[in-house]
Amino acid sequence: MSSVLGSLAAIFAQLSLLAFGGGNTVLPEMQRQVVEVHGWMSPTAFAALFALAQAAPGPNLMVCALIGWQVAGLPGALVAMAGICGPSSVLTITVATLWERFRAARWRQVAQAGLVPVTVGLICATAGLICLTADTDVFLGLITLGVAALAMRTKWHPLWLLGGGAALGVAIGLL
Amino acid sequence: MDAAASTDRTTAPPPTIGGLFAAFLGVGLMGFGGVLPLARRMIVEQRRWLTPKEFTDLLALCQFLPGGNIINLSVAIGLRFRGLPGAVAAIVGLLAMPTAVAIAMGSLYQRYQGVPLVRHLFAGLAAAAAGLVVATAAKLALPLAQRAARGWWRILIAALCFAAVAVLRLPLLPTMLTLAPLSILLAWRLLPGPAGASDNR
Repeated sequence: MSSVLGSLAAIFAQLSLLAFGGGNTVLPEMQRQVVEVHGWMSPTAFAALFALAQAAPGPNLMVCALIGWQVAGLPGALVAMAGICGPSSVLTITVATLWERFRAARWRQVAQAGLVPVTVGLICATAGLICLTADTDVFLGLITLGVAALAMRTKWHPLWLLGGGAALGVAIGLL
Repeated sequence: MDAAASTDRTTAPPPTIGGLFAAFLGVGLMGFGGVLPLARRMIVEQRRWLTPKEFTDLLALCQFLPGGNIINLSVAIGLRFRGLPGAVAAIVGLLAMPTAVAIAMGSLYQRYQGVPLVRHLFAGLAAAAAGLVVATAAKLALPLAQRAARGWWRILIAALCFAAVAVLRLPLLPTMLTLAPLSILLAWRLLPGPAGASDNR
């Protein structure tokens, strides 16, 4: 059990320092570790936990708590959250005191501009992989497309879109 | 700016540790699919802990560093007002309720996932959640494609990154250690000057 907690801590601590551009960029690596490397759950279960986290309040990193909880109960959830938040928080605390000194420096602006394409590639990878696992038939694929279009073209609250998707899923299941 | 206006605009007294915890507890509970706008309203407009400019500066730091932006922001604000204990109070406040709610929802799901209706509901929910990520990805990728002529290297890096992670399923650490320095080097060589470097969010 403690070796599982150790693995969870190691995985999420590493992801914490790689999550440039926010939590969703590291989802493919999270899935690779949790599903492929450690075999803790199926890809479908991973997609379900991600969907749950999207429907829950709070930052989108809550998927980490759910994965930890699924793998090792409450200790797992706490270890995963500490892992994903700890290293980046320590870094924030360290850099916050120095920020004024290099905020306007060209190297910092170049570094930030250089990280943008990496972030975009990672988010696209996340989108592709999540679609592959979530859209197991044509109807589900259409739900994804519809929600993506509405999210881009309207200001509708994401919860409405998630609720609509869930309702459509039930309706299709009943047909 | 005259003194009266600036005090009126900026400052409430700095929050206590309990105040930080309570404020971020509220943010954590209210935010669905985007906590940042709520956090800004609470911190700048309602509680007036920071001026709009101070908030933007702090957010720039949090977006520059790895990790969830709002999580970094809670830490940075807690630290600014109450040092390390303040940082801990803010982040624990932010994450306490969402963690509890997520686990409660997870337990419900685990208990009822065998029920066909629940399975269908979750299939639809997962498809919709995927759609939200697709929208986020498209919103970020479109500006890159639109400036393709001047910024071919951005598209190249994004495509390499996508291929490495999504198609080849390479581990993220070596991928980042290769592509991030390469991308920063290209930005260094190809971006015009300080003005050009900063046009990129």
